[in-house]
Amino acid sequence: MATVRLSFSPAPVHVRTARLVGVAVARRAGVAEELLDEVRLAIGEACTRAVTLHRQYGLSELVTVEMSDSDSYTVRVIDHAPIEASVGLTKLPPDELADESLTDDALTTGVGFALLAGFVDDLQVRPVDDGPGTEVRMVWPVTRR
Amino acid sequence: MELSLTTRTVAGHTVLEVGGEVDVYTAPRLRERLIELVDAGARDVVVDLERVDFLDSTGLGVLVGALKRLRTAQGTFGLVCAKEPLLKIFRITALDQVFPIFPTVEAATERDGSGPAS
Repeated sequence: MATVRLSFSPAPVHVRTARLVGVAVARRAGVAEELLDEVRLAIGEACTRAVTLHRQYGLSELVTVEMSDSDSYTVRVIDHAPIEASVGLTKLPPDELADESLTDDALTTGVGFALLAGFVDDLQVRPVDDGPGTEVRMVWPVTRR
Repeated sequence: MELSLTTRTVAGHTVLEVGGEVDVYTAPRLRERLIELVDAGARDVVVDLERVDFLDSTGLGVLVGALKRLRTAQGTFGLVCAKEPLLKIFRITALDQVFPIFPTVEAATERDGSGPAS
């Protein structure tokens, strides 16, 4: 099982790097070409969520992205924000999306989760084993090795 | 690819042509440009996404912010997008029910073409 691990300081500029690496490893692992756009978007959304949470909580700790290609392509994005931060990840109904009372942050969070849930069939969001934080785990099928 | 922003006027509409990647890093520049346009008096705004390679939730948030701003200013706001991967993003987030989306700039800038920003 080949594993690539990338850690980056929680700055928006690094999210693109994480996307590029995530797609490169996915292609190498044998994820179908037609899924790569979705892999790119989902890894970006998970990393954006982690960076946003770290900045919101003033955390300088690194965000970690771990990619492994055993029987499938598995990507784990790990943050260290308090777990309650991930509560409230729900898809927003259309009539609320352009509601004046909805803040930009709440909108972006809701839309980001909708994209993750929409593009990743096998998605898990759970607390990390040690200390505060959340792990977003995404799995895609591998079609050739 | 870096974000590119170009403004032109078509049939009385302010068309903002966006190129490259709109993400958590570049979206603030798009937000600033849209605010500048509205502050400068633009009321019928069309954002052309045909040259966008990547659009994430922060970019979508900026577009919703522009829609709200123009609605408040009694203006209109529309998007130009014919790329299936981007259209899928709008469908999954249900934002296709929020934005008027047109296949071409011409369709978006026809008289009353972009519809009220509501």
